[in-house]
Amino acid sequence: MQSAKDLKQYREELHESLDNDFLRTVLDNFAVAYRAGRANAFKGMDVKGLINEVACAKDEAAKNLDALYTQFKENAEKAGVKVHLAKDADEANRIICDIARQNECKTVVKSKSMTAEETLLNHALEDQNLEVVETDLGEWIIQMRHEGPSHMVMPAIHLSRHQVKDLFTEVTGKQQDSDIDKLVKVARRELRQKYVDADMGISGANFAVAETGGIGLVTNEGNARLVTTLPRVHVALMGLDKLVPSLHDALRTLKVLPRNATGQAITSYVTWVTGSNECAPGPDGKKEIHFVLLDNGRSEMAKDPLFSQVNRCVRCGACANVCPVYRLVGGHKMGHIYIGAIGLILTYFFHGKDKAKNLVQNCINCEACKDICAGGIDLPRLIKEIHARIQDEDGHPLPSLLLGKVLKNRKLFHTLLRTAKWAQKPMKESDQFIRHLPMMFSEHDFKALPTIAETPFRDMWKHIKPEVKAPKHKVALFSGCVQDFVYPEQMKACVKVLGDNQVDMDFPMKQSCCGLPVQMMGELKASRDVAEQNLRAFQDGDYDYIITLCASCAAHLKHNYPKLVKGNPRLESMAMEFGRKVIDFSSFVSDVLGVEAEAFNKTGETATYHAPCHLCRGLDVHDAPRNLIKTAGLEYVECDEEEVCCGFGGTFSMKFPELSNELLNKKLNNVEATGASMLLTDCPGCIMQLRGGLKRRGSKVQVKHVAEALAANKK
Amino acid sequence: MTVQERIDLFTEKATAVSAVVSEVKTPVEALDYVVDLCDKKEACQLLISGCGEPLSDKAEALCEAKREKVIAAPGLDKELFKQLETLCQEKGFKLIDSGMRDHLAGIDIGFTEAQHGIAATGTLVVESSSEELRLATMVSEVHVAMLPKSCILDDSYDAEEYLLGAMKKAPNYHAFITGPSRTADIERVLALGVHGPLELHILLLED
Repeated sequence: MQSAKDLKQYREELHESLDNDFLRTVLDNFAVAYRAGRANAFKGMDVKGLINEVACAKDEAAKNLDALYTQFKENAEKAGVKVHLAKDADEANRIICDIARQNECKTVVKSKSMTAEETLLNHALEDQNLEVVETDLGEWIIQMRHEGPSHMVMPAIHLSRHQVKDLFTEVTGKQQDSDIDKLVKVARRELRQKYVDADMGISGANFAVAETGGIGLVTNEGNARLVTTLPRVHVALMGLDKLVPSLHDALRTLKVLPRNATGQAITSYVTWVTGSNECAPGPDGKKEIHFVLLDNGRSEMAKDPLFSQVNRCVRCGACANVCPVYRLVGGHKMGHIYIGAIGLILTYFFHGKDKAKNLVQNCINCEACKDICAGGIDLPRLIKEIHARIQDEDGHPLPSLLLGKVLKNRKLFHTLLRTAKWAQKPMKESDQFIRHLPMMFSEHDFKALPTIAETPFRDMWKHIKPEVKAPKHKVALFSGCVQDFVYPEQMKACVKVLGDNQVDMDFPMKQSCCGLPVQMMGELKASRDVAEQNLRAFQDGDYDYIITLCASCAAHLKHNYPKLVKGNPRLESMAMEFGRKVIDFSSFVSDVLGVEAEAFNKTGETATYHAPCHLCRGLDVHDAPRNLIKTAGLEYVECDEEEVCCGFGGTFSMKFPELSNELLNKKLNNVEATGASMLLTDCPGCIMQLRGGLKRRGSKVQVKHVAEALAANKK
Repeated sequence: MTVQERIDLFTEKATAVSAVVSEVKTPVEALDYVVDLCDKKEACQLLISGCGEPLSDKAEALCEAKREKVIAAPGLDKELFKQLETLCQEKGFKLIDSGMRDHLAGIDIGFTEAQHGIAATGTLVVESSSEELRLATMVSEVHVAMLPKSCILDDSYDAEEYLLGAMKKAPNYHAFITGPSRTADIERVLALGVHGPLELHILLLED
C-alpha cells in the first residue's frame, strides 16, 4: 500500500526493500526461474499469435461491455443466480454486506480475489461483525499478518518459511516446524474447519461468460471449489473486465493465463459454475448465488481510445515477474493493491492520483512487461501517459519543465552542451571521465560520468564525410545527443564502416534530441514539439534509410513518433514514412549490407554483449549484433541475462539512483563472470552506464559500441 | 492425432503434473485398483493428512471425527457400486455414495468417472453438478478417476461443444482437474495437497 507523500519519502521506503536480503534473493531466483518456466510452457506454440487473438477479443469485449453485461445477467438469472452491478467499491461492499445480512450469515470463507482486495471487502465485512477467513494459503498468511499482497498470483512471496512458522505457531497455539510441507498440512487442517463452519463463500472470477451466464475460476489449491460448494451462500465478485462473449473466449484466455502467470500449461483446477447448483443446506437444496460485477471506472476506461487496452489484462502478474524494478523492491513498493506495471496503471484509475503519483515514476521503460503481457498491453506507454496526466493536473516539477523548454529550442540546447564542456574543465580527468561530482550529487557517484567531448560530431562531420563513388544506399545519420556531444567517436566508427561499404551518408544539421528524455519525465508537449522538428529536419533528403546507433532513439523515432503526432494528418504520414526508414546500426550492417568476415581481422579477443532494452524488445532485434561480433573477428561469449536492463533508463537513473545502481551491479556481475575482455552493445546510454560502473569497479573490461569493434578490426 | 497419440500425450502431460496414470481393461479392474490402493494406503498413512501436525484445538477436533477407512463413489453405475461394496466389505472399508457432508474431515478415496480428457494439458473434465460427487473429488485424500480412452480429446477447444451443451442446461458445475491440489505460496516451493486431493490417479479404460 502506498502512503508516501512525496518522491523523497517513497525513495526512503524503497531502501527498506533494497536492504531486505531475503526478499532480494527470492525475487532474483524467481525472475530467472520464471523466464525458463514460461518458455517451457509455451514451447511449440505461436505465443505472439495467441496473445494477439486475446488482445483482439478483449478489445471487442471492451466495446460491448453494456451488451455483454445485459446478456450475462439475463442468462445467469434464468439459471437462478442474482446479478448485481456496483458502480464503485463502496457499493460493491454494501451489496455483499446486505446479502450477508439478508441470509443471516455470520462466517465467511473467501477464495482469492484481487477485485475484493481492490474494494477492501474484508474490512467492510468485518465492520459488520462477520468473521472472514481467506482460504488461499498465501492470502490467509497475509490476512493474519494484516498485510496486502506483494504479488497478484503469489501474495506472500515476500515471506520466508520461518516467518510463516512463527505466524502459525501463534495462530494454532502450538509450536510449529518450518518444514514447508508440514506448514501446508497445518493450513489444510485449520482451514478445513473454517469451510465447515462458514455460511457464505466469496470468490472472484476469471471469466464471466455472457453466452452461458456462468463464471470460470482458475486455481491451484482447490480452495475455490470448496468455497463455492460448502457454504449455503456463494457470492462472486468480479470486475466488468471479466466479461467475455463466449466460452471459446474463456478457453482461449485459459491457454495464456496459467502459462504466463506461473509457467503451468493449466492450473490444477478450473471451475465452471453456471446457475444455482445443488447445495444440501441451501433453501430447497439449492445454493443462493450472487454475482456482483464491479465497474469502479472500468466502463469509462473501456471508452478511452488509449486506455481501453487495460481491459485486456487477465491478472496473470507476468508484468511484475519480468520487471527489473519489481525484482529489486517487491510488490509492496511496486504497487498499491495491484502490483507491477499494470498495478501502476490500475492504481491511478481505481485508487486515485495520490496513490499513483510516485509509483508511475518508478518505471525504467525497459519494455520487458510489454513484451510479456498476455494481452499485449503497451504498459510503459500507458504509465508515461499517466505520469504526464498527473503532471498536467498537479503542475510540472521545475527540472522536468526546464528540460522540456531547453529541448524544444535546439540552438539553446546545443549551446548549453557546448558551455558545459567549459564548465566541466575543473572536474575533468584525462580519460574522458569526470573526476568527482559535487557533494550534492553524491548518490549518483556509483558510476563515473563521462565528460562532454572536445568536438561534437556535428562539428567534425564536414571534415570526415567520405566521398562515396557509386553508392549502393543513400542514408541519413541520426546521432542522438549522447553520440553527438559525448561519444562522437562512435559516430566516427559508423561513418568508417558505412563509407567502406559504399553507403552515401548525410547528417541533417537541424536534427536534435529524439525527445525520449522529456517523454520519460512526463513532458508530452515538449516531446511532440521535438518530434516535429526532427521530422522536418529529415523530410527533404530522399533517404533509403535513417540510421541510428542509439537503440532508444531508434525505437522512439520508429514507434513513438507516429503516436505523438497523431491528429495531424500531414505530420502523421511524415512520421510513418520516417519511421519506416529508421533502422539501427547493427541491423543495417548485418542484414542490409551483409558484411562478411573476410573484411575483418580475426583477433580472437573475447567479447560479450549487453542487449539494450529498446533494441531487443523495442525493435525485436536479437541476432544482428551477435552475428556482427563474430563477423568482426571476435569470440562471442554469452552473458547471463543479456536482455535484462542495465539500469540506465535515461532520466530514471537520475531520479532513482539507488535502483539504477543495483540493476547495474547485477549486470556487471554477470558481465565479469563471462571473463570476456570486451563488452559490446548498441546504445550510448547503456555504454555510459556500463562504462561508468566498470570504471568505479576498477575493471579492465572495455565497453564499446558494436560499430567501434567493427571499425577497429576492419582490414 | 491418432487415438494412441492422444493417449500418449495425455499420459505424458498428466504424469508431468504428478498424476498417476494407469490403464485398465475393464471397469471391474478399476474397482480392484481402488480397493488395492486403499489397502496399501493404510499401511503407510494411518492419519489423515495434516492431523499428525500440531493443530489448534478446534481443527484437532475435526480430525477426531474420522476413524475408519472410507471410499466414496457417488455417481457410479449401480451394478459396479454393488461389486465395489462387496470388495470393500471384505476389506472392512466403508463405501458411501451420499452423505459426504458427514465426512468433511476427509475420506480416503473418492472414485469417480471423468467425462473427457484433454490431451494437450493432461486434464480431466468432470461433470460435478452433483454435490456428493463434487465433494468426493474435493475432500478425498486420493482421487481416482476412470476415463474411457475414447473420451480423450486433443485440445480444450474440442471440449467446447460438450461443455456448452452442459452449461446451457444450467444449473451446472464442471471441473477441469489437472493433477492433484498444489500450492507454491510459501517460498515458491511446490507442495501437493493443500485443500484438495494429495494424489490423483487416472485409470484409462479400454473401450
